[in-house]
Amino acid sequence: MDVTHPDAEFRAFLVAGRFMIQRSKSSRVHVFYPRAVAPGTGARDLEWVEASGRGVVYSTTVVRKKPPEPSYNVALIDLAEGPRMMSRVEGVEPAAVAIGMAVQARIVDQHGEPVVVFDAVEPAA
Amino acid sequence: MNDFPRGRTAIVGAATFGQGKAPGYEASDLAAIASAMALEDAGLSLADVDGLFFCHPTDTMGGLSFAQYLGIRPKVTDNNRTGGSAFQTYVEHAAYLLDAGAIDCALIAYGSNQATATGKLVSTVQPMRYEAPYRPLNPVSSYALAAARYMHQYGATREQLGAVALAARKWAMLNPEAFKRDPLTMDDYLASRMVSDPLSVLDCCLVTDGAAAVVMTRADRARDLKRAPIKVLGAAAESHHREIGWLDDLTVTAAARSGARAYQRAGLTPADIDVVQVYDAFTINTILFLEDLGFCPKGEGARFVEDGRIAPGGALPVNTNGGGLSCCHPGMYGLFPIVEAVRQLRGEAGDRQVADASFAIAHGNGGVLSSQATVILGAAAT
Repeated sequence: MDVTHPDAEFRAFLVAGRFMIQRSKSSRVHVFYPRAVAPGTGARDLEWVEASGRGVVYSTTVVRKKPPEPSYNVALIDLAEGPRMMSRVEGVEPAAVAIGMAVQARIVDQHGEPVVVFDAVEPAA
Repeated sequence: MNDFPRGRTAIVGAATFGQGKAPGYEASDLAAIASAMALEDAGLSLADVDGLFFCHPTDTMGGLSFAQYLGIRPKVTDNNRTGGSAFQTYVEHAAYLLDAGAIDCALIAYGSNQATATGKLVSTVQPMRYEAPYRPLNPVSSYALAAARYMHQYGATREQLGAVALAARKWAMLNPEAFKRDPLTMDDYLASRMVSDPLSVLDCCLVTDGAAAVVMTRADRARDLKRAPIKVLGAAAESHHREIGWLDDLTVTAAARSGARAYQRAGLTPADIDVVQVYDAFTINTILFLEDLGFCPKGEGARFVEDGRIAPGGALPVNTNGGGLSCCHPGMYGLFPIVEAVRQLRGEAGDRQVADASFAIAHGNGGVLSSQATVILGAAAT
């Protein structure tokens, strides 16, 4: 699949329930966020590939709000394919999100916009 | 080969104005007053200025607006906006342009009325499309992510971040121009309201008004002026990313590379530096930059700042004006460390004067640890 409109195509995939990232055909390096040109090489050979959705929390913070507005998590997630993205980890208290935590992507609807968030993954027994 | 005109240009005038609250002035008024003061300090006039290096807090064509305000027609108008590090890059670029003879007199200026105008950080920056849905409270959250990673990797503590805030306040208490001069204790620090974990209100720079300006010319011309010239020995910059997620290792900034190049150009090492000014937008910055600029090994910065080592009377004087944490932070702070370095090297820093200061470093940071730029200055006798 050639990339002609990176952001629009990314969003269309999300609407269809698919979390897609890019990969450069020449370098095999994965890329996020969506672009028309591969960073570092300038190659115009980015293609869409399905992200595994697996990731690890690289860093995390809690944005503190005045109650009753809830405080919330903001995290940097290192995707299994290599790129890092900002997101949040849901399903646990914001302050319980920990660096090194294994997480799995999920697409949620946020005010009508599809957004990639992550859930903590129970470590395998 | 040294590609930098080491010591061949100098800062010959420097001024600050309106640090804290300066009601009734527009940003350009404040910058213009500081500019006039810096030119007066140098014994020069607006008519001498043929290179203007300026960015305005909200006007992206502010370089043109400010030249118009001053009634000058610069041959070079540098309106580069790499955030708070822009001013260090102005010094670097002005040194090359002066040395090449393209210009004879550079005016570097900044002013902001953000505190009295809006009471909060003024920014023209648009949220990044792939960050915005997660609502980071920027810039705090980006620095918080760096601080959290640093604490995770090196076992640093909140008390060690607090040591940076306390040292800044102690210096500010010696600086009559500083905005925050009331005593600050570790208990105060630890009890302060969390904003974006692990950073609390007292880890964050102030929101103030303020203006600063410096005047640069070639060293041969500088000898005939009013003030002892402060030599520009080295300067270098490196930009790395825009959003924090694209900093490869959140504990290592491009200051490691801008600093190394600036030292190489100056022919100096960290051991030669008598006084250190770094852009402390947040407490974690001071720790990261002390490491990246070579004052201690990576991962030891948090221990390095303990026990008052960077406070008045400590082994390494850091941010002697009180820094962005306690002196002033009018949106972009990078020019203030340069002015403070000049004052220390002139020996005019009053109660906070560092004895026998010959070499100073003034490091700027832009964005979210994104753009790093380092200037190394030497006293007239160096």
